[in-house]
Amino acid sequence: MRHTLAVLVENNPGVLARVAGLFSRRGFNIDSLAVGRTDNPTVSRMTIVVEGDARVLEQVNKQLHKLVDVIKISDITADEFVDRELVLIKVSVDPSLRGEVMQIADVFRARIVDLGKKTVTLECTGNDGKINAFEESLQSYGIKELVRTGKIAMQRGSRYTGFTERSQKMNTNQED
Amino acid sequence: MKKSGAEILMESLKAQGVDTIFGYPGGAALPIYDALYDVDITHYLTRHEQGAAHAADGYARASGKPGVCLATSGPGATNLVTGIANAYMDSIPMVAFTGQVPTSLLGKDSFQEADITGITLPVTKHNYMVKDVNDLSKIVKEAFHIATTGRPGPVLVDIPKDVSSAVAAYEDPGPVLLPGYSPAFKPDPKQVSRAARAIAEAERPVIYAGGGVVSSGAHEELKELAETLLMPVATTLMGLGGFPGDHPLSVGMLGMHGSKYANYAISDCDLLIAVGVRFDDRVTGKLESFAPNAQVIHIDIDQAEIGKNVRVDFPVAGDVRLCLREIMKQLQPKVESAWNGTINKWKKEYPFSYVDNGRIKPQQVIQEICSATKGKARIATEVGQHQMWAAQYYTYSRPRSFISSGGLGTMGFGFPAAIGVQVACPGEAVFDIAGDGSFQMNIQELATVVNYKLPVKVAILNNGYLGMVRQWQELFYNRRYSYTEMSNPEFSKVAEAYGAVGIKITTPSEVRPAIEHALSVDEPVVMDFITDPEENVLPMVPPGEAINKMLG
Repeated sequence: MRHTLAVLVENNPGVLARVAGLFSRRGFNIDSLAVGRTDNPTVSRMTIVVEGDARVLEQVNKQLHKLVDVIKISDITADEFVDRELVLIKVSVDPSLRGEVMQIADVFRARIVDLGKKTVTLECTGNDGKINAFEESLQSYGIKELVRTGKIAMQRGSRYTGFTERSQKMNTNQED
Repeated sequence: MKKSGAEILMESLKAQGVDTIFGYPGGAALPIYDALYDVDITHYLTRHEQGAAHAADGYARASGKPGVCLATSGPGATNLVTGIANAYMDSIPMVAFTGQVPTSLLGKDSFQEADITGITLPVTKHNYMVKDVNDLSKIVKEAFHIATTGRPGPVLVDIPKDVSSAVAAYEDPGPVLLPGYSPAFKPDPKQVSRAARAIAEAERPVIYAGGGVVSSGAHEELKELAETLLMPVATTLMGLGGFPGDHPLSVGMLGMHGSKYANYAISDCDLLIAVGVRFDDRVTGKLESFAPNAQVIHIDIDQAEIGKNVRVDFPVAGDVRLCLREIMKQLQPKVESAWNGTINKWKKEYPFSYVDNGRIKPQQVIQEICSATKGKARIATEVGQHQMWAAQYYTYSRPRSFISSGGLGTMGFGFPAAIGVQVACPGEAVFDIAGDGSFQMNIQELATVVNYKLPVKVAILNNGYLGMVRQWQELFYNRRYSYTEMSNPEFSKVAEAYGAVGIKITTPSEVRPAIEHALSVDEPVVMDFITDPEENVLPMVPPGEAINKMLG
């Protein structure tokens, strides 16, 4: 099963390498990993999609927790959440077929962000199902280049995975 | 008052109580070495950086304090890597400092540049590169905090030369604030109650104790628990000494070369109380057959270890000592049961044994060392057959007396580790029990022991082979001894050339007098015991087999 993890990390150099290295070293299967800073510049947020059963997930969680730079991990799979991915696709299109491509873009609420003599570049956001369908529908025109950001996700409603005083684990529980 | 980065480093080390460093100088570490010249921290110059790392490791294992090592950039740093990985696998508190090329030269493949933080990422608990001299004291404090708390481990601090040369004011960094790091110490009361109930109800319990007992200082609590409930205690290699080997409830080491009675006890128990262990494959053998009829309690500070390799029925996460104390509060004493009778019967039926054939038997050498030192020496070992015999035939009655590379199995560990042990325990008898192969991996440290007058006693069980590999070739590769036979130097003369005492021992009757002589001189001694070349370590669980299916 695929799990979506929201992971808050300290915005330190090398954190991505630590997390990615952990996954590869332990043989955990990353589907996607997207990272960027949060509203707090000292904290970054990773959205990690990982494939595995409950046992694998437990280990992913526990091993990630051991990294000093990892502040908080939330498995939001079971929650209601919104997720998005951004894709940029460059398609070879003869000017005579541009209309068709623009219609497809309309259907997927995608936007044309660049036009060349024989190419059209489109951007589209959505969950991975939509992005996959969009990609498939453009396949027949000849995709020259495609880049996806990987999934980012956020819980719906009032629930959130933020950096709060409560999530800051202070080092006060070390004494007997 | 303004100080250089290197001087700030010295202040920070002293603030951590560091008085001993093992290291090797070089260009990028020159400012640090210059500052070391003026402070009351004793620096031991080893003859190889790997020696420095292992010595720091041995120092930590024997003393319980963090071991500190220091090397220069590039090759100096990479030579530390095996020592760091060794400490990581065995959860040893260590802080390794490396010099680095100046920040302006970073990433340019500069002379003696290596990305040591990148290289050590998978083998450190955490690591740092200090980019700003103003962060140095804070980072050093964090490094020691991380290395010594929770599940201990090595932390590396890489210091570019311009940072150690830069000038700043030394300030006490104040309390450590790491939002992502909070080693859990106190166990959850519900977990404790469930575990205590399972112990009270068990009919055939066995304690399986590991290095976590030693590192958390839980040996007294473990003994109290075992004695109150009359439970047999098996230890891992790392756990030797965590429970007295001569205690009536001790069943010695379990696993691949463990005692038959320990492995039978594990295989037959109805409750396995795993304390500070990680279910290593050398212990468990075939996982499905490990303690097949038992419910499992797993007590460990590292939550990630619980459930990593085996299914656990009763997890107890927390510091082992505190967990055992809490569990004890809920338990009543028990009387001897049929289970104790069974264990004692097995102990009588299946003792460790070897055949005397007129040649020096490695087992005899270990037994003689044990008897000559009354079991009170600190024993470091290299890795291989001699290590297993040292585990089987020496009786360890106190923690931190058996110093051995468990997880990584590092040949060449024992001798430099013994240097660290001797530094930590002056006045005590310290042995390195070695194989002829392993000893030659860090033989240059003979210069170090002579240099610092460290009276380490090296006992080489010299069989002219890489003994353990040869044993596997005999058993599993049809006696095809591919590149395991070694031609060796006269170790006694090598020792003499370095300025140590060298003794060659060729007959069984010379064994005891040689050991007595070695103990009587306050100098480093190398004893070269020419042993039966094809002696095997038995019993042995073939790899992938259940632990009650032993050869020998």
